[in-house]
Amino acid sequence: MRWLWLIVLASCADDPTQRPLKLWHAYRGGEEQAIEASAKRFTEETGVPVEVLSVPFDAFSSKLTSAIPHGAGPDVFIFAHERLRQFHRLKVVAPSTARLARDKYLPSTVQALEVDGEFYGYPLSLKTLALFINTDLVKEAPTTTDEWLGQLEQTSNAAQTKFGLAYAAGDFYLHAPFVFGFGASLFDEKGRASFDTPGMAKSLAFVKSLQDRGFMPQEVSGALVKSLFNEGRAAMVISGPWFTGEIEPSVHYRIAPLPTVSETGLALTPFLGVEAAFVSSRSHRPDDAQKLAEYLSVGEASALRVNPGRQIPAELAAYERPEVASDPVISAFKEAGQRAVPMPNTLEMAKVWEPMKLALRGVLQGEVTPEAAGALAERRYVALNREQPSGRDRPDAASPIPYVIALGLALAGFAAWKWRRRGPARSFAQRYPEAARGLAYVAPAALGIAVLVIIPFSVGISLAFFHHEAGEYSFVGLANFVDILTSKGYRITEPLSFWFTLVVTIAWTFINVALHLGIGLFLAILLKDPLLKLRAVYRVLLIVPWAVPNYITALMWKGMFHRQFGAINGLLSLLGLEPISWFTQFSTSFSANVITNTWLGFPFMMVVSLGALQSIPQDLYEAAEVDGASKWTQFRRITLPLLKPALLPSVILGCVWTFNMFNIIYLVSGGEPGGATDILVSEAYRWAFQRNEQYGFAAAYSVLIFFVLLGWTRLTRRLSGPEAA
Amino acid sequence: MKRSGLTVALIHMGLVLACAASLYPVLWVVKMALSPTQSLSLSVNPFPQEVTFDHFRDVLFSHDTQGRWLFGRQLLASLTVSALTTVVGLSLAVTAAYALSRFRFPGKDAGMQTLLVTQMFPATLMLVPLYSLLERLHLLDSWGGLVLVYSTSSLPFCVWMLKGYFDTIPRELEEAAVMDGATPWQVFVKVVLPLARPALAVTALFSFMQAWNEFILAATLINEAARFTLPVALQQYVGEWKTEWGHFAAGALIVSAPVMALFFALQKYLVGGLTAGAVKG
Repeated sequence: MRWLWLIVLASCADDPTQRPLKLWHAYRGGEEQAIEASAKRFTEETGVPVEVLSVPFDAFSSKLTSAIPHGAGPDVFIFAHERLRQFHRLKVVAPSTARLARDKYLPSTVQALEVDGEFYGYPLSLKTLALFINTDLVKEAPTTTDEWLGQLEQTSNAAQTKFGLAYAAGDFYLHAPFVFGFGASLFDEKGRASFDTPGMAKSLAFVKSLQDRGFMPQEVSGALVKSLFNEGRAAMVISGPWFTGEIEPSVHYRIAPLPTVSETGLALTPFLGVEAAFVSSRSHRPDDAQKLAEYLSVGEASALRVNPGRQIPAELAAYERPEVASDPVISAFKEAGQRAVPMPNTLEMAKVWEPMKLALRGVLQGEVTPEAAGALAERRYVALNREQPSGRDRPDAASPIPYVIALGLALAGFAAWKWRRRGPARSFAQRYPEAARGLAYVAPAALGIAVLVIIPFSVGISLAFFHHEAGEYSFVGLANFVDILTSKGYRITEPLSFWFTLVVTIAWTFINVALHLGIGLFLAILLKDPLLKLRAVYRVLLIVPWAVPNYITALMWKGMFHRQFGAINGLLSLLGLEPISWFTQFSTSFSANVITNTWLGFPFMMVVSLGALQSIPQDLYEAAEVDGASKWTQFRRITLPLLKPALLPSVILGCVWTFNMFNIIYLVSGGEPGGATDILVSEAYRWAFQRNEQYGFAAAYSVLIFFVLLGWTRLTRRLSGPEAA
Repeated sequence: MKRSGLTVALIHMGLVLACAASLYPVLWVVKMALSPTQSLSLSVNPFPQEVTFDHFRDVLFSHDTQGRWLFGRQLLASLTVSALTTVVGLSLAVTAAYALSRFRFPGKDAGMQTLLVTQMFPATLMLVPLYSLLERLHLLDSWGGLVLVYSTSSLPFCVWMLKGYFDTIPRELEEAAVMDGATPWQVFVKVVLPLARPALAVTALFSFMQAWNEFILAATLINEAARFTLPVALQQYVGEWKTEWGHFAAGALIVSAPVMALFFALQKYLVGGLTAGAVKG
């Protein structure tokens, strides 16, 4: 009977309802301290242990959507409400309707959590935009835009680089208040996004005029807003609660709601974002998870959210606490929050960002007029969502049967071809005397590769024949490939087109590899002489870029190319040149990527070239010297031909790596301007993770990348003869 | 061959310039790490005006709420995962590469081609299928899973490199050892491997670096802060609304330091290990 006890004990030890609750968030600093402290109090009061995990923001959303459907995710997670509909479609959130005391919270924060009559999660805090005013420069908060423009006129002085206003104007989240203030609606009566409206054009024209009249600087980043406001060179700033932590104590400021547009009489209305504690539908302890999520949204947890979290609580009772009521920042944002409109939690909202970003940046950089920008956004929207002429937002489903038959025929044909090409009849043992040993040596590696490389690879390829939306796959046959290759919905010369991106990618690859090889070989020739003093020191210093992880390199260079604070523009102005806005034009943006990638890639080629140079027998040069050949002739006739076989494999490998060099493109230029500097692999990534998880389309892109590279390596092998590679 | 003084001076000048270009961005990170602010306060001068070690202290001595030394555990995680990846990856690659170099067996050419071809499919897009697969193998949220994924994904490169090098080692040496009565395994371990040391060093360095630097898979597959590898911990300083540049820079230097040390330790092998295969073959 003892074994029975063991089983009982073992099953107790792994009883899922006894595991600690998992709570995931992406907070840092004070916000993180607040959530940790609240979770700890929950454990003290209820005895239910909680494991808190802070996930890097960049990885949070992909981690949630991969983990929860597999039951490997958290019990409770904190996320902004705008993704709620997607979580709902993926069936990863559990409703909170029964437990949620709706009258305890600010009404708009509850409204944000509703999907089809059910509520999901508990509202924790709200984020919205307000006007930060330096009270030493501007006395009264503006109530109308006419009044505001007057203040901006007085406080701006381009010659002294003083501005009335600074905000990240290229970000659609910050432009949305103007859209609503000028009476435009983001969605038509059917709920589809609409961009080409008079209000939209007016809002873009207004912001463009702020920039043209010198009221606000160009190409504003968060870092610039912060430094301008702290130095008193920006009188007003549009930003959210997070900005209060960036202001120096010496700056006197107040926070006011955004003014009303004089022309329309409508307020500049920002979006309201609600951060909520959502309960996973896959929680092993659903009741405790609901309790934890509710606990985080009320009472002491709200107080902790204010201090040290410095967040704006959603719970009404929090504002009755004296320390909250007397806090000017918190109450100002509560007021701003009541005037804000909850960001729609619809799937349609998620599709607005990329087209709007394109239109907004186009207008601010003067490449498109405010009137034409709406149509530009509209066209990008149709292309991104692959809207069919019939109005359906996905390709039609296809029957898989013809494809299965075609695949079967292809396999049979291949087998027949192999059979006919079989060699002269010799026994297996004669042909492969060492087959058993060879296979035994290869087996472990082959097994590993088969399971962890070939399987995901085959799944990836088959995904290319499906359309993915919100967790559901439908078979569409070759529709993805057809859409990509015919660049459906946009011109071939537009950045979104496969052919345009292919040309950019090929240029990117060749320029980079040529520079790597040129610089690497040149340095290797300088370093070749074994008698050169300090040779080892130079060699060590020159391979430093190779040793730095490439995502660090990318972020570092991104900082160096910064318009206002970057070292590169600093060097240019030392030389008396105009600073360059690196990421607003294709040529400079592309160069910035190339410079970064050249920096990190030349050491590899230098080391390879050094090895290759050292292997060339010295007596060849001596003989040439005797025959009176010049240095150049020696280089052309001896060095280059002998280097070729040694360098070729590295060049092929370098091309494959550069072709798929995702980190640099994604982190340095981010595809700016308007996706023009994206290469195929970063474009595929966007389709997979930033455009409504269109995995199938992304997989089709990847398959095409694969065939391009395959074709290219075949070609080089053929051209370079059988001895190479 | 005598060089004139001018030529030598020019060579030195060229090399000094190249070194300056390769060090300048790094000095800049050092400056951000040592400056007291968290912002991207940048100028042309790569030397800090004011020096503080606060950022390094914050990063090195980060603790979680249970009082565990988070950085220490993450360092241990990174070291364990990278070291195991190197050992597993290298032992798989060495045997496979030797077989591909020396024996004839069915599927050999197809295998070599497959290895190269798998390098051409964008790795980020394998994330979704890989996640389901590891879940089914019960390897999620474990270092074992990470080690297996890293070592298999670096295998193709390692095998190609090592095979190229093995091809250059004369077979006569092995035949002589066989004449002296060595078993095939002894030949492999006692004769071939010692000769291939430069290539082994380079391959090991590559496997280690790949595991040490990887971020996306580690962040997606691991579910506990104390088991995150260092790049994931580093990425936490890059937030939605603001980046803690000071902490990021300090962390970046800490993460890069071991790889640099390895490079310097192994650099005498680098030159020979990378190219010998292709040159003599």
